[in-house]
Amino acid sequence: MTNSEKNRLKDKAFQVFGVFCTFIGLVVLAIFLIDIVIEGVARIDWDFLTSLPSRRAARAGILTAWAGTLWILVLSAIIAFPLGIAAGIYLEEYAKKTKLSNFLEINIANLAGVPSIIYGLLGLELFVRIMNLGGILLAGALTLSLLILPIVIVTTREAIKAVPRTIRDGSFALGASKWQTVWHQVLPASFGGILTGVILALSRAVGEAAPLIVIGALAYVPFVPRSPMDEFTVLPIQIFNWTSRPQAAFLTNAAAAIIILLLITFLLNGIAVYLRHRQQKKIKW
Amino acid sequence: MTKKYSKLEAINLDAYYGDFHALKGINIAMEEKAVTAFIGPSGCGKSTFLRTFNRMNDYIDGFRIEGQILLDGRDIYEKDIRVDELRKEVGMVFQKPNPFPKSIYENVVYGLKIQGIKDKKILQEACETSLQQAAIWDEVKDKLDKSALALSGGQQQRLCIARALAIQPSVILMDEPASALDPISSAKIEELIYDLKKDYTIVIVTHNMQQAGRVSDHTAFFYMGELVEYAKTKTMFTSPKDTRTQNYITGRFG
Repeated sequence: MTNSEKNRLKDKAFQVFGVFCTFIGLVVLAIFLIDIVIEGVARIDWDFLTSLPSRRAARAGILTAWAGTLWILVLSAIIAFPLGIAAGIYLEEYAKKTKLSNFLEINIANLAGVPSIIYGLLGLELFVRIMNLGGILLAGALTLSLLILPIVIVTTREAIKAVPRTIRDGSFALGASKWQTVWHQVLPASFGGILTGVILALSRAVGEAAPLIVIGALAYVPFVPRSPMDEFTVLPIQIFNWTSRPQAAFLTNAAAAIIILLLITFLLNGIAVYLRHRQQKKIKW
Repeated sequence: MTKKYSKLEAINLDAYYGDFHALKGINIAMEEKAVTAFIGPSGCGKSTFLRTFNRMNDYIDGFRIEGQILLDGRDIYEKDIRVDELRKEVGMVFQKPNPFPKSIYENVVYGLKIQGIKDKKILQEACETSLQQAAIWDEVKDKLDKSALALSGGQQQRLCIARALAIQPSVILMDEPASALDPISSAKIEELIYDLKKDYTIVIVTHNMQQAGRVSDHTAFFYMGELVEYAKTKTMFTSPKDTRTQNYITGRFG
């Protein structure tokens, strides 16, 4: 075999290996999805979405769970967006490149990798005990805000960084202050990117059960929360609760709830992809 | 009215990026309502020097200057000088056209809007006048609300010039304004510079010797952070005093 033949063979071999690796992930996910859909899709109906939890599987619904999830989503967004975006703007546009800002940057990146249950423990101590909020929606939203804050900061910075230096120069050269430049040029140009990152961060928060269980969210909440001060549950906790029951009917319920949770996640990701696409079409530097 | 021969001045100017000594003891005075060209090889400090006149280097970490830059006799690096006020007086056009991702109209009036001017009539008038001055009005008057990014590179650059004119500066700094453009667009920019010098003091950095020869009244040659030679453009191109200038303009290095 000549060298060039060998090289071509190696090339081919890697291609096959690459395809194999790509498919492993997809196939596992597909099997999981198919299994869940077969198990749960028949269980989803209007009653399932609008019923309160019950000890009897056939009558139990996920009204309180998805309402709680929605509450958590909105509250976390309200808390984490301004904080994360402001921090991102500060780090990217204002902070001088010093050892301190380097240290901050590295640690924000590290925070994004801290296991969520640690955030749960932090939330338990800080919000539930010290601030004496108890296991209410607000405490849960604050905890999840901490969890997604590093992601929001990092994606905000990435989006801001993508705005070319020349745009800032153009604005400064016309006499704009730093804040005017950020407000009139940098933010509008990076908003799509920021929003995309923020939505992806939220879609991570939607799937979290552990930190909320730690702060004392309940599995059984017989009413729909009406204010941030109410007790609550969320879909992942409901799912976790149902899967730990022995009766098969509850497993079916869990599968159905998983489908709803996945739909919410896909919806959020879909919005993110759409926004990114629109942004790319609108602005070509 | 007599022309000022020292609209813009640098006195014993030294500039540093951290430890790097970028500009060394520069003394120069530039004539009002005339075009002064800065030429020299890449990295000679001409762009750095240009940017000291509207303090665009202020945002660069570790950048500092010693000496003075005078605009109409006033030191623009003094403590009580407000940078935004300075930049109303000293406009700038960059190498790569950098229109904002907004409409043509919004691009032109941006400088006025951030000054707090809201009167639609004033803004519209300023928009038309500036676009006419920048010789692009006829091409864009029917699509002022369209995105500036849809214009060609040459049009974008003239839009950027209009944007700079809208805030009525007396000095316009141009950092290789035609180097990213095709020859036809480039010629249009040169024509425009020629028209504008009736009303504005123009300082232009260029890599293009022919361009410097065509558009400028005075030329300054920079080399390794030093101002080697400064003279009337005709004199400089026909009988340069320094051998480094001669070698550069005859294309022996650079």
